[in-house]
Amino acid sequence: MPVDQAVLAEHPGPDSTLTGRFKRGLTAPICLTWELTYACNLQCVHCLSSSGRRDPRELSTAECQAVIDELERMQVFYVNIGGGEPTLRPDFWDLLDYSVAHHVGVKFSTNGVRLDRRAARRLAGTDYVDVQISLDGATADVNDAVRGTGSFAMARRAMQALTEAGFGEFKISIVVTRHNVSQLDEFKQIADACGARLRVTRLRPSGRGADSWAELHPTAAQQRLLYDWLSARPDVLTGDSFFHLSALGAPLPGLNLCGAGRVVCLIDPVGDVYACPFVLHEQFRAGNVREPGGFTRLWRESALLLRLREPAAAGACASCGQFDACQGGCMAAKFFTGLPLDGPDPECVLGHGERALAQVCLPDRPRAAPGHSRSSREPVFLGQIAARAAT
Amino acid sequence: MTQDTLDAEEENLVEADELLVEEVSIDGMCGVY
Amino acid sequence: MAFDLQRAYRLNPAVAVRPEPFGALVYHFGNRRLSFLKSPRLVAVVRLLDRHDSAADALDAAGVPAGQRARYAAALAELAGSEVIDAR
Repeated sequence: MPVDQAVLAEHPGPDSTLTGRFKRGLTAPICLTWELTYACNLQCVHCLSSSGRRDPRELSTAECQAVIDELERMQVFYVNIGGGEPTLRPDFWDLLDYSVAHHVGVKFSTNGVRLDRRAARRLAGTDYVDVQISLDGATADVNDAVRGTGSFAMARRAMQALTEAGFGEFKISIVVTRHNVSQLDEFKQIADACGARLRVTRLRPSGRGADSWAELHPTAAQQRLLYDWLSARPDVLTGDSFFHLSALGAPLPGLNLCGAGRVVCLIDPVGDVYACPFVLHEQFRAGNVREPGGFTRLWRESALLLRLREPAAAGACASCGQFDACQGGCMAAKFFTGLPLDGPDPECVLGHGERALAQVCLPDRPRAAPGHSRSSREPVFLGQIAARAAT
Repeated sequence: MTQDTLDAEEENLVEADELLVEEVSIDGMCGVY
Repeated sequence: MAFDLQRAYRLNPAVAVRPEPFGALVYHFGNRRLSFLKSPRLVAVVRLLDRHDSAADALDAAGVPAGQRARYAAALAELAGSEVIDAR
């Protein structure tokens, strides 16, 4: 039988490791985060996007559809729609339907403000959409200290609505802090009781998180506890947040590498493209989708993203035997704590990061732009939004 | 390109005992919150 | 059902195959599973499946050398197990 030469693709250079193969660059992100709006009814202390107030330059519905069209052409499989609070956009449901109709799967992250019974039933009838509810405490006191008064109850109501509507397995995603790491078992119980999948992710010193990171990030002892807990529970998702802990033992499930600019990126509400959601800073901005060539050109040709795909220098970590495992940790964690990018992660499990932090001149640390925070920290809830809409 | 060249290149591409298919969770990428 | 080289297979319609320099990324929209196909020749085999009466014929059409057949068969079995390909 003749070999069907026409079907054979071009051969790349030899680089046999999986991660090596796509560190050189993919034709499109595997998945990406797309923040639809900076508007938010909450003011979480650690918000990575410093959200709160809508930006008047937000992409229009038509512009959002054009982005989805690009993602479809690029065959992006999956987009994480977030914000701010994405459901606060009036066209949120239409964009959700549009994305699914155009073969881009959606997970959206929400604090639950608009997830009432009707919304839950609508979602239960929609395929290719995953829902992720944010929660940062297994009890109201722990959660609301970070997310605002009443936010725990609001999230629980949304979970209840999804469970009752028969949505199936939604996600509950938490950001691990010094104060909630003792509640891991309770989080798991909440997820199991709702038929949801638990997701545990890393706190980064990004956005408003920069101000609270020193007090909120887990201690070294807590990190070890977390690593052991996650290792024993491979069904708990992590978004590959913890590859910096790989020196503690066998790597946790996932690609175990920094995805920024290589397998993921972020599109923000005004169309700016950043290497990842945790580096909303000019130094990691690739361009804007409104420029000629749109998102596609930025992903494939922007100087920033091309540079991020080159092998990273080990720098100060070169002599450490664990560099292959942890790869120097998280770029965002280093950047916003003022550490050099070619050195240890601030939470390096061998303590190298802690030592390096002692050398940092705090006022010289990079600061994200002031962002879209509202002046008042008090959250705005559904009733108030409805009242405002009526005026 | 001859069949022999393709074969030789094929062997260079993937380690001899490496699996040709690898599965990763869609949640297994860092940079998606 | 165990994987059988003599059976006819096809790519599951819920699956997207995205060519990459190393081979392809494969995503199953139904079960959310993501796979890396680490050889362009394996991608060719997968694309040829629905045009041939057996997986074995598809291996031939893609020029899989005799010494590699077991390896490719194992890869196809893996893909059948994760519902990327199914018997037709």
